[in-house]
Amino acid sequence: MAKSTAFTLNGKKVKVAGDPARMLVDVLRYQLGLTGTKLGCGAALCGACTVLVDDEPAFSCSTPLADVAGKSVLTIEGLARDGVLNPVQRAFHDQHAFQCGYCTPGMILGAYALLKKKPRASRAEIMAELEGHLCRCGSHLRIVAAVEAAGREMGGVL
Amino acid sequence: MKRRDFLKATGATGLFILFRATAEAAPQLIPNRPAGYPQDFNAYLRIGPDGRVGCFVGKVEMGQGNMTALAMLAAEELDVPLDRVDILMGDTDLCPWDGGTGGSLSMWQFGPVLRGAGAEARAALLQLAAERLQVPADRLEVQAGVVSVKGEPARRVDYGQLVQGKRIERHLTDVKPKPFSAYTLVGKSAPRKDALAKVTGAARYTADQGLPGTLHACIVRPPAHGATLKAADTAAAERVPGVRVLRDGSLVAVLHALPDQARMAAALVKASFDGVPLALDDRSIYRHLTAKAGGAKVGVQEGDLKAGEARTSTLVEAEYLNAYVAHAAIEPHAALAQWKDGRMTVWTGVQAPFRVKAQVAEALGLPADKVRIITPYIGGAFGGKAAGPHAVEAARLAMKAGGAPVQVVWDRREEFFLDTFRPAAVVKIRSGLDPAGRITFWDCRVSGTSDREADIGYDLPAKRFASTGDAGDIGTSTGGGLHPFATGAWRAPAANTNVFARECHMDMLAAKAKVDPLAFRLRHLSDQRVIRVLETAAERFGWVAGAAPSGRGVGVACGSWRGTIVAAMAELSVAAATGQVRVKRVVLAQDMGLVVNPDGARQQMEGAVTMGLGYALTEGLRFKDGRILDENFDTYRIPRFSWLPAIETVLVANPELQAQGGGEPPIVCMGAVIANAVHDALGIRLFELPMTPERILAALKA
Repeated sequence: MAKSTAFTLNGKKVKVAGDPARMLVDVLRYQLGLTGTKLGCGAALCGACTVLVDDEPAFSCSTPLADVAGKSVLTIEGLARDGVLNPVQRAFHDQHAFQCGYCTPGMILGAYALLKKKPRASRAEIMAELEGHLCRCGSHLRIVAAVEAAGREMGGVL
Repeated sequence: MKRRDFLKATGATGLFILFRATAEAAPQLIPNRPAGYPQDFNAYLRIGPDGRVGCFVGKVEMGQGNMTALAMLAAEELDVPLDRVDILMGDTDLCPWDGGTGGSLSMWQFGPVLRGAGAEARAALLQLAAERLQVPADRLEVQAGVVSVKGEPARRVDYGQLVQGKRIERHLTDVKPKPFSAYTLVGKSAPRKDALAKVTGAARYTADQGLPGTLHACIVRPPAHGATLKAADTAAAERVPGVRVLRDGSLVAVLHALPDQARMAAALVKASFDGVPLALDDRSIYRHLTAKAGGAKVGVQEGDLKAGEARTSTLVEAEYLNAYVAHAAIEPHAALAQWKDGRMTVWTGVQAPFRVKAQVAEALGLPADKVRIITPYIGGAFGGKAAGPHAVEAARLAMKAGGAPVQVVWDRREEFFLDTFRPAAVVKIRSGLDPAGRITFWDCRVSGTSDREADIGYDLPAKRFASTGDAGDIGTSTGGGLHPFATGAWRAPAANTNVFARECHMDMLAAKAKVDPLAFRLRHLSDQRVIRVLETAAERFGWVAGAAPSGRGVGVACGSWRGTIVAAMAELSVAAATGQVRVKRVVLAQDMGLVVNPDGARQQMEGAVTMGLGYALTEGLRFKDGRILDENFDTYRIPRFSWLPAIETVLVANPELQAQGGGEPPIVCMGAVIANAVHDALGIRLFELPMTPERILAALKA
């Protein structure tokens, strides 16, 4: 039963022992110690646990470890490079696009995935992309503004 | 900053600190420092050898930004830059007592306490500097934590040098707080202190502590309210490798080093339950509430109601209902407890760490000093983390775990089952108009919650406000009495219910009088603050007078909470075919007295408008015979990006009034302003929250 799953995590190769049917969020948080990924609903309904798998957003609460074998996983801990915030992080930081901060890692990763593909995403596209992310504090207004600002930085002026 | 680094930076671990003012000599800067708060300002402030200020408060940061605003108050009074203030919150060993974070009290009640401590500390530092520099204190000035002689900047000494890690006793007299005119920091928007941690994933919440050897507990729960555990067969669960089962009375939990393994094993427990749940559901509850609500408590009675009714030409009578509403913070309730060296330490996201400390001590039969509560960042609370049942559960299990830390994290189903919901309520209002279109009397009876904020001070010749039921104002109440399950404080307790009823009723009266709803309100107001806030909202909104329904879909409502006055105006459209409401624009004006951190205040206003769309339009807990039918966000629908209206916030300047409440007030108008705008759009009146598409279609057909 000594199975293991290999994948790339925040740019580094890792090998995780254990049942590959376990959900990625539990592996990240309790086996690998990366607690920036949050658990909110456990049923792919709130977006708090969002990570990127090969640049696509995935609900880690509902993604079995086996699904990321050989793939590249990015969590919030891997977004800033050498202490320099990613443009999306910087925009969230500067515009206070959060309150309690619990949905923030998932929100930032969801927005980053969109902007990486489409830095000139429209306001409507940003809102559609983030529709599956819940924020109970009601920071939506600032989140949209922050993602727009980050898009300008990542892809030039609209 | 990590707690360990904080303690190092502020020197709280070792040597230290500074001055003591004897109780009798202490300047009565705050005439009545609220009961329970230490008089000695050393409890709140430390100055490190490097001159950094450590600020210790029993309040907690749950998203509302008081971590930043409180640090601003300390920085302002001590004349140090905000980035040189470190703040440690909600640790019952290190922070002075506090009654809890809620009720919009951080600025209004605790702000003066901290300002006072800061002013006293500054005065003591000046006294030390005067001795050191050999000049009278009135010849000194402070800039960025450096004391110098006025006109001789070279003669200087900084706070760190003055304190030098010593504890110094000082007897202070004649200390005055800074006047508003001298503020350089308070009143201007400041960067949030939690920003970097929260955008990098470094911010640690309760479930992120990662204590080695932690066992994750999954607790056996009843299927319905009113059911209690009779027996639990845990044999199959115990056969899972690594599983431990712990029992403490009716508390039965399955534990494992990995939370998902604990969950899987817990599913193998065969449990049976006793008890008969109340035969009530989300429809029959309203009849139950009014029937059970005998013997209403009269809060206010003024004037002659009978005489008022006698000269009434138009009687308007209505009942306003609102459903149970969940707090639904995205962070679930979580607690991590460790029994070590005869003490219980519990890391847990709670709004009142000192109250929870007492709860844990009582549950374990320990003296209070054997319990420590540490409050990490909280991922939203809104009143739902006022009490600490999850902390008690973790502590009870940790007592039996032989030294292993025990972590309890409620799953979403437990969240929706064990929440202390905003109480469902029925508000009945009878009132009338005379032929001139003035209100003759107002008779209001609230069932299910208190009559708090039922009256905003409209000019009413005769009025009565009565209520039955649990206010849900403080802490929580358990089910079994009026309500079938626990209810409690939910952002501005009772106010959302009562403002909805009152402001809808004002609109009904205005419509009967064929008067513009804003003009009708102003006709019945003499409170200049309320008038000014309403007029400010109208100016920003571009309110055009007209009797409702005008077909435009515009609405107005005003309210108050914790000394703050708010007025909301909204514009919306309703799809007649589907009953779907689309709120297009909300203007919110607010007089909250002195605004400590304007950007923080606006965040609360924007958030409250957005959150308020939920209880107005979709949020109503469905339940039947003790079972909660909403178990996750698929059926319990909270606001999303696609709902977002344009939100404009206006802070009405009133800096001479001390800071009032900020976290709760801006949400109280949301039910009424939307109901009134729906009426203005279609001529239909919704008497029940939430105003779901089904209810709007039903009202259209009626």
